[in-house]
Amino acid sequence: MTTLLDDLRLAVTPARVRDHQSELNLYRRDASNFDGNTSVVCFPTTTDEVQAVVRACVAHRSPYVARGSGTGLAGGATPLDGAVVVSLAKMNRVLSVDAAARQAWVEPGVLNLDLSRHVAHLGLHFAPDPSSQQSCTIGGNVANNSGGPHCLADGVTAAHIVALEVVLPEGDIVMIGGEDPEPMGLDLRGAFVGSEGMFGIATKICVRLTQNAPAVRTMLLDFTTVESGAETVSAIIADGMVPAALEMMDALCTRAVEEYIHAGLPMDAAAILLAEVAGLSHGLEDEVARIIAIGTAHGARTVRVAQDEAERALLWKGRKTAFGAIARIKPNYYLHDTVVPRRKLPEVLNQVYEIAQRHDLLVMNVFHAGDGNLHPLLVFDKREPGVMARVHAAGEEIVRVSVAAGGVLSGEHGIGLEKRDYMPLMFDPADLAAQASMRSAFDPTGLANPAKVLPSPAGCGDVHNVPEGAWI
Amino acid sequence: MDLSGFAADVGNASAGPVTIAGTSSRGGAVDGVRAVVAPEGIEWIQADEMTVSCGAATKVVDLDAALGEVGQRIALPLSGTVGGALAVGHSDVRRLGYGPVRDVLLQANYVSAAGDVVKAGGPTVKNVSGFDLCRLLVGSAGTLGFLGAVILRTRPLPQVSQWFSTATDPWATFAVLYRPVSVLWDGTTTWALLEGHADDVREQAVLASLTEAEGPPPLPTTGRWSLPPAGLTALAATTGFVAEIGVGVVHHTQPAPQRSLSAPLVALHQRLKTEFDPFGRLNPGVDLLDG
Repeated sequence: MTTLLDDLRLAVTPARVRDHQSELNLYRRDASNFDGNTSVVCFPTTTDEVQAVVRACVAHRSPYVARGSGTGLAGGATPLDGAVVVSLAKMNRVLSVDAAARQAWVEPGVLNLDLSRHVAHLGLHFAPDPSSQQSCTIGGNVANNSGGPHCLADGVTAAHIVALEVVLPEGDIVMIGGEDPEPMGLDLRGAFVGSEGMFGIATKICVRLTQNAPAVRTMLLDFTTVESGAETVSAIIADGMVPAALEMMDALCTRAVEEYIHAGLPMDAAAILLAEVAGLSHGLEDEVARIIAIGTAHGARTVRVAQDEAERALLWKGRKTAFGAIARIKPNYYLHDTVVPRRKLPEVLNQVYEIAQRHDLLVMNVFHAGDGNLHPLLVFDKREPGVMARVHAAGEEIVRVSVAAGGVLSGEHGIGLEKRDYMPLMFDPADLAAQASMRSAFDPTGLANPAKVLPSPAGCGDVHNVPEGAWI
Repeated sequence: MDLSGFAADVGNASAGPVTIAGTSSRGGAVDGVRAVVAPEGIEWIQADEMTVSCGAATKVVDLDAALGEVGQRIALPLSGTVGGALAVGHSDVRRLGYGPVRDVLLQANYVSAAGDVVKAGGPTVKNVSGFDLCRLLVGSAGTLGFLGAVILRTRPLPQVSQWFSTATDPWATFAVLYRPVSVLWDGTTTWALLEGHADDVREQAVLASLTEAEGPPPLPTTGRWSLPPAGLTALAATTGFVAEIGVGVVHHTQPAPQRSLSAPLVALHQRLKTEFDPFGRLNPGVDLLDG
């Protein structure tokens, strides 16, 4: 009788099966810091090796977790109960690019930004642009159905994946979706995207590439109240525009960013709105004028239109480095991710401030305002006695008020471990049973990343506390 | 929207086989089986969210007209019911610009084979809360559940919308245009639908040497082929088709070639059907894997 370790060494090669504790420690969590533990990490380089790894795990009834760069924020890639970590990091080749059809085949370990760089000379890019795009993988984007600032106009990852080669949890290699627009049968591709590693492991991914815009205009509006900024966002959408991006930062966040990057952001603003429009020149200028008029009508103090690419890059640097800037204020933060209807943004933001104040915590908001995707950031020093209990309590309240306002649990980070036990806030038992049916059909073995996303049946109807250790 | 009456009509396992009827614009209900009808009517339109909630039996043209009053539209084919458009999942010729039908559905409230009202997805334009059951429902032809009420994403109406045609090679036309809404080709003529600011549309038309056209060509209806967009070049020497360039849907005078799925995928389809409809009572006889 061979051991799991023996079979994994046969499945890949002994050198790519690692079980030294110092290495295992690197893989016991993703960026969420939900601590788990793994018994072995393996690094397949081909589809056949992934299949052999999955079959070894199934033969030994061992759970396994697929992993990209580990930048996930909800614990989706955290191994539990010694699960085997299947790192796809070494499967990182762009396999083919069809510029005419605007499709590319990539391996799951290709980094998001590397793909866009790879096709830049063709005037194309991969539209989903998570803030972690320098380090996150396309496979991870598929698992989480990732978003990003520019998903407002172009849609999240699901809209940009046309086909996947997948090793199903029982070990079969299948092609789901297709390069053709209407593949036979159910939309298994759509079901697979966002399944957080619980429906199988993607080993080749066919992505849709997006034409680069011929022109882009980026502007910064600043407001004396958060409400006027949020109302401007709703008014822009109601006026029939879908800008390329609509991002907001509140006062505390703006000050932290300005002190960090010196972009000339207004230090006394209650909120700043970064609006970007892209497309053909006449429509672009028309939208710039309409956004300025709407902003001004809602009390924008100043409107700064980036005059060149350098100024545009500086404004975006402010948005994309916000989390780095925050480290200057307190050593620890907990980043939340909920979505509310756009028109509820002012009301929910006020509730978020009230919740933070009541729990004696600092909160900063930097978020995708255009699609109502809030990212309240609780900032704290975990050495302070009792602070973690307040962080968890405040976090749960933020999730609750978002859902109560007609929103959802997560806009782009996923459910993973973090929000698994909040699922009953949004879904009835019958709704959850339907999702569990999807899981059972895709993974009859139950070994692909178990205990994520779906609350255990015993927990239905209850909301448990987020597990200990849930902070960054 | 209250779906309790609809759920009672569908009934539970003891109510036996059941089918769902719309306007029969896409083939209609299963013959000889008790038919139910979903609720009809628009519940709300939220222009500043670009979302709409309606009953599944709402006519697509009625929904599109109501949205037009707030300067918006719906990216569904303008025939039959909303539920039928989603259940079949076929886009119209604007898919290149508007995306596939599956991306229109944000939330579905459907009645399961057990007679329960089940919610999939959520009401906001962005949502990754749980598995994406909505995607599985679009194109499932009522074999997993019957849509009762839905929340859909809308689109703004463009300032200008104009069809053009040209004798230029379709791929050259496709390559030079910025995000056209549609590019069609019948082997001889290329058509393009451009939308947006009037001056941009005019400049794009000049750039691609397009002349204004009345509209798209008549589409053959015998076969609806699905080809990789790169594979459309193979049609060059043939006739009797209108192909959607950049998409791969081909409207053809000949029936689509037979297709099949690998054994593990057939098994996965069977497991999904068994999970969602263990007694096979929803739209009996409808087989998604038939040809």
